[in-house]
Amino acid sequence: MCVAGNRREMEHGSLNDPSKATFSFVDEDHTLANSVRFCLNQDPRVSVCGYSIPHPSDARVNIRIQTTGEPAREVLKDGCQNLMLMCQHVRGTLDKAVADFRMNNPTKMETKSDSEMET
Amino acid sequence: MNEKENKGGNNDEPNKKFSIWDLPDVPMGQLPPHLQLQKTRVVCKADAPIHTDNISYSGAYASIGVDNSVHLDLFRDNFKVNVIRLTKEDMEFDMIGIDPALANAFRRILISEVPTMAIEKVLIAYNTSVVQDEVLAHRLGLVPLKADPRLFEYLSANDTPNEKNTIVFKLHASCKRGERRTVYSEELKWLPKGSELIKEAGQADSKPTTYTSFTCSQDVLPEFSEDPISPSEDKIILAKLGSKQEIELEAHAVKGLGKTHAKWSPVATAWYRMLPEVVLLEDVEDEVAEELVRRCPDKVFDIEDIGHGKKRATVARPRDCRLCRECVRGEGWEERVELRRVKDHFIFTVESTGVLPPEVLFTEAVKILEEKCERVISELS
Ligand code: SF4
Repeated sequence: MCVAGNRREMEHGSLNDPSKATFSFVDEDHTLANSVRFCLNQDPRVSVCGYSIPHPSDARVNIRIQTTGEPAREVLKDGCQNLMLMCQHVRGTLDKAVADFRMNNPTKMETKSDSEMET
Repeated sequence: MNEKENKGGNNDEPNKKFSIWDLPDVPMGQLPPHLQLQKTRVVCKADAPIHTDNISYSGAYASIGVDNSVHLDLFRDNFKVNVIRLTKEDMEFDMIGIDPALANAFRRILISEVPTMAIEKVLIAYNTSVVQDEVLAHRLGLVPLKADPRLFEYLSANDTPNEKNTIVFKLHASCKRGERRTVYSEELKWLPKGSELIKEAGQADSKPTTYTSFTCSQDVLPEFSEDPISPSEDKIILAKLGSKQEIELEAHAVKGLGKTHAKWSPVATAWYRMLPEVVLLEDVEDEVAEELVRRCPDKVFDIEDIGHGKKRATVARPRDCRLCRECVRGEGWEERVELRRVKDHFIFTVESTGVLPPEVLFTEAVKILEEKCERVISELS
C-alpha cells in the first residue's frame, strides 16, 4: 500500500501487481465516482470497476479497478481524460444548440423576456 | 449463452455436425432485437419497470461478437443537443446519446456544486418587527442575488472581508404610526463601498473601523458599473411591519456552494426525464380505442378513421406521457400497449434562480466536472 503525502487521493494495492488497485478520493461523491466508473467500464482494458462510499458522513469514495494487465493507475488516468474530452464535447454541442435556437427563435426570446419584465 | 442454446435446441435439424454458431438466428456482430431493446429501453409494465439497468461493460456482448465499448469518436458522432425552450430563467433541452451517469453528474453539480453569492452574515442594528432576528436572517439568506459569482473569491476563515469576496447590502425600513406595510427584497440596497456600520472601538483613539475593509468601491469595476448588483427578484417579501415598527440591518453576501446550504444553489431545480415511447402492440379499434383515449390523462392517443365506420387508436403525442401507467392497468391492456423509455435520451430542464442564465449554469456545471477529472489526473501523475 502506498499513501501519498497530504494528497486527496490514495492508492491501495499491492506493490507487485499494479493491475489491481483501489483508489480513495477525499471530498468526492457519486458525481465523480459514478461518471468515472461509467467511463472505465467502457474501456476494454478494464475487467472490473466499481465504487463505494464507505460511510455517508465521511466525504470519501473508493474506486476499485482491476485491469487485464495494464497498471490500474494509468487506466484510471485515461478514463478521466476521456471523461474530460466528453465533457468538452457536451459543452461545445450545447453552445452550438443554444446559438442555433437563438438564431431560429429571435422573436420568441424577446416576447418571453418582455412579458417577464412586465410581471 | 443460454439464450442461444435454447434457440439451438428448438431447431431440430437432423444434421449431426451442427454448430450453434452457424445458426441463422444468432446474428454475429450485431445485437438481436430483444437484446437491443433491453439495452436501449426501459419497459414499464403495470407493476414495475424492467430492464432498468444500463449495460455499460465493454465486454457485455463479447460472446456474440458485439463490441460494447464506447469510443470517444462514437460518442461524438451520436451526441446531440436540441434546445426546446430557453428564457432568462428556464431552459428545456433534449440531450441525446449520453449515459445517465453523466446526465446525473451534471444534474447533481447544478444543484449542489455551482457556486453563487448568497447572504451569509446579517448584522442587525435594530429590529422591532414581529419577525425574529434569526428568522429574518434566514429569509435574507434565501434571497437569490444577481451577481456573477465568477467575479468573486471565496471568503475563508482567516480572510478579511474585502471587495473581492463580499457584497454588502443595507436594509432600512420603517412603518409610520397607525399603518402597515410589507418589506420587499427591492429595499435591499447594495453598498459598493462596503459596510457602513462602525465596529465598537477597542482602543479609544484608534480610527473607527467597519465590518469590511474594501480598498476600492465595487461599482467602479466595469462588470458592475453597467449592471449593478441587486436581488434577482424585486418582490420577495422579507417581513411585514406594523405601526411604528422598524428594521435596520446590514447583510453580507459571500460565495458558497449548494452542498453547504441550499441558499447557494443556483437552480430552483434541475431535473431530467427519459423520453417516453408508447407502442401499440396490436390494432386497437372501436370501443377499446375510445376507452384507451379516455384512460390517458395526457391525451397521448388520438383516434383515426380507417373507413367502414371503424376507428383506430394512434399514438400522437408520446412525449407528453407522464407514465401514470393507466393505459396498461387491468386485464388485457399490457398486451395492447407497451410503455417504454429511451435510455439515452434525456429531457433536461434547468430552472435558474436568476443568478445566471440557465445555459451558462449548465456550461459551468460541465466545466466543474472537467475540473474534477483534471484534479484526479494531476494527483495521479
Ligand atoms: S402512461 Fe398514462 S400518460 Fe402515458 S400513455 Fe399511458 S395513460 Fe397516457
